[in-house]
Amino acid sequence: MVGIVSYGVYIPLWRLDLGTVDEGLSGERAIANFDEDSLTMGVAAGINCLHNADRSQIDGLFLATTTSPYKEKQISVTAATALDLREDILTADFGNSLRAGTTALRAAIDAVKAGSAKQVMVVAADMRLPMPGSDFERLFGDGAVAFIIGDENVKVSIRDSYSISDEILDMWRADGDKFVRSWEGRFALDEGYFRVLPIPVSALMERNNLAPQDFSQAIFYGPDTRRHREMAERLGFDMAQVQDPMFGSVGDTGAAFSLMMLAASLENAKPGDKMLLASYGSGADAFLLEGLKEFEGGREVKSYVESKKIIKSYKTYLRWRELIEMTTGRRRPPTPTPSASAIWREREQNIRLYGVKCQQCGTVQYPPQRVCVNCHAKDKFESYRFSDKKAKLFTYTADYTTPTPNPPMVLAVINFEGGGRMWVYMTDSDESEIEIGMPLEMTFRRLFTMEGIHNYFWKCMPVRFRGG
Amino acid sequence: MVMESIKDKAAIIGMGCAKFGERWDASIEDLIVEASYEAFADAGIKPSDIQAAWWGTSFSAHRGTAIAKSLKLRGIPYTRIENACAAGLDVFRNASYAVAAGVYDIVMACGGEKLKDFGYSGLPVSPPSYAELALSQTRPTTPMPAQFALLANRYFYHYGIDYDEGKRALAKIAVKNHHNGTLSPKAHFRREVSLETAIKAPMIAKPLGLYDCCGVSDGCAVAIITRPEIARKYRDDYVLLKGMGVAGGDEYAAIPSDFDWVHWEENLAAAETAYREAGITNPREQIDIAQVHDCFTINELISYEDLGFSPRGKAIDDIDSGFFELDGGLPVNTDGGLKCFGHPIGATGLRMVYEIYKQLQGKAEARQLKKVELGLAHNIGGWPGAFTAAVAIFGREE
Repeated sequence: MVGIVSYGVYIPLWRLDLGTVDEGLSGERAIANFDEDSLTMGVAAGINCLHNADRSQIDGLFLATTTSPYKEKQISVTAATALDLREDILTADFGNSLRAGTTALRAAIDAVKAGSAKQVMVVAADMRLPMPGSDFERLFGDGAVAFIIGDENVKVSIRDSYSISDEILDMWRADGDKFVRSWEGRFALDEGYFRVLPIPVSALMERNNLAPQDFSQAIFYGPDTRRHREMAERLGFDMAQVQDPMFGSVGDTGAAFSLMMLAASLENAKPGDKMLLASYGSGADAFLLEGLKEFEGGREVKSYVESKKIIKSYKTYLRWRELIEMTTGRRRPPTPTPSASAIWREREQNIRLYGVKCQQCGTVQYPPQRVCVNCHAKDKFESYRFSDKKAKLFTYTADYTTPTPNPPMVLAVINFEGGGRMWVYMTDSDESEIEIGMPLEMTFRRLFTMEGIHNYFWKCMPVRFRGG
Repeated sequence: MVMESIKDKAAIIGMGCAKFGERWDASIEDLIVEASYEAFADAGIKPSDIQAAWWGTSFSAHRGTAIAKSLKLRGIPYTRIENACAAGLDVFRNASYAVAAGVYDIVMACGGEKLKDFGYSGLPVSPPSYAELALSQTRPTTPMPAQFALLANRYFYHYGIDYDEGKRALAKIAVKNHHNGTLSPKAHFRREVSLETAIKAPMIAKPLGLYDCCGVSDGCAVAIITRPEIARKYRDDYVLLKGMGVAGGDEYAAIPSDFDWVHWEENLAAAETAYREAGITNPREQIDIAQVHDCFTINELISYEDLGFSPRGKAIDDIDSGFFELDGGLPVNTDGGLKCFGHPIGATGLRMVYEIYKQLQGKAEARQLKKVELGLAHNIGGWPGAFTAAVAIFGREE
């Protein structure tokens, strides 16, 4: 039986208070930091998904997003590398539709069913940019979710699925568009969302002889709270069955949205529960799921929703999204463009965050060395992964002069549990809360972009959830 | 095998120092000419007496022949040395060792920088990453103030010094060096600053505020070096190199997790060599004047301890007692230091030598100390754990 073996979510730390966007608005939405994008959020969700899972047993990684940092260059391979998965796996990017997440899920199910993979990780992440002043600005949120799909140790089985494709221009972004466009709301909703999403849902229920009251949870896409509720009524669900779409706290996370709701729903799923999952975008995908075993541990959507910091101002948000230009002064020249050949040569140390452990004296060191810093043995090292190690702050500074979208730039020297030291940026921190000795964890981020090269690396951040 | 000592094998017979500051009026050629001709006149030599020259710079006129071009000296060997902020003393070392080897009789060591044409208020390079060979640009760019701020925060933590107390101690160093700068006609910054102003200045890299950081200056300094037996023919008050140590770090601060970050191994190694050569066993008592590398106030504080002026963790006691002020037991940075005299990278080490040379000759005007037998220059370049540190001791004929 194919189904969900593990799941993980990621919701950025930062929230935009909608009251700072426009008078009369209330609530929040989740905002990726300036150094995050769909790839880095996907990696964060993937890390959480690997909790209690063996990364060496993953045979594929499918990454779905409508906001890939690259138009031409695969990002699932970067995610697989950052997650330190094997190299002999199938990686694929899914995009261009809000349905991309569930389409990737279906492809993973089919791969496992066909036997070409035992376990596939499906990652969905999005950070769509709403035009300032548009309705989307209060609706969209940033986040990511990941699942491991397999046929052993399945916690929630995926019993059936049904997809339809539907040609329509209701919401779109053309090549070169920065913001999401949409046609008149009544057309987009009536001939799009309300007409299309019920088709696979009804077909799936009919094929499995199920009625709305047979489901413990109904999880489906919605463009906003009111339309989501209206859809529940049209489909015949009682609101007690319906998973909260998290508008006003997280927001519509695009290709990750319905899967994010699924993850939230899984936190309450019990063996025997039947769940309906439906997504929408250029058609609709519907799935029938059934709880087999309860999930153990892991970080829940609820924890991520509660773990938050409100950004200082709307201006900060505009700056993070490069929607306003801010002076950098004439303090220093810009950082040189990173060398693609050096990035390639250092891919193990930069993306997998491998250091080395000396086979002669056991000293753990980063970055990898040719000669041991302790015993001077030459080329006697084994690889040592730092990305999953906890650390403590050894010393730091908050630099107020270096241009950054989120001043001050915090630099840290950190000591890892189990040995090793790193000189590294700190992110997602509040300068006033930084203390030498504080616990830290590593997070995959985009340092900067230059000449079309997104330079990915790891930063440290204060441990977000104490005790795990 | 014990290495031979440089003691009393190299002598300075002339020095020159251009006015430091934002020299909008001057090119690197102007600065080289200004410092060199002062040095030639001071030594009583003709430019054509120079048999070899060393040029220290990080960003300005990259080749040694910048000196040839400026002074129109054709046909002698030129060497350019880049050792970040320690280039000045390293140039001095190479030139001194060359005369000591007997290969040349009269050489010049020149260090200079023309930074203020690049259009940046900071250094004209993007901040060096701690692993400079990593062209993937993934290692954090750590501007100079941030590098030393990392040190300051750790020092405070290590010794249990509360933030306000630490800030105050650092500010006192800035106040002292600003005062000394007012007495130096060639200094970049020549005004007093109050303790209150220094403490409350805008933050640059926590805990370092504006007055904890040296500025970016243009400048040039030159030393004319020969052997003592030749020096005697030129003047009686020539100055002798009594000992010199230079040491480089291998990233020990960034890689192994047991290094404490409250001292620098390069400082200890360089000082140990210099003290051994000069026969110094108690630097706090034996040294009369020191010019230390106060690029940031915390580095002056650490240097007090690394150079053996203050016991470990006790530098603040000496700061509070005024031990390093002009009328204290061991005046440090008598000319204003990097903080106020200025810091044209390649020139700085030689500027330190210039002040000690003038003090030993009794020509330091308003700054002149009563008793000066032994002077120390301490010049470092690089970043924590990968510095080049240079320590040189100067004195007179015994």
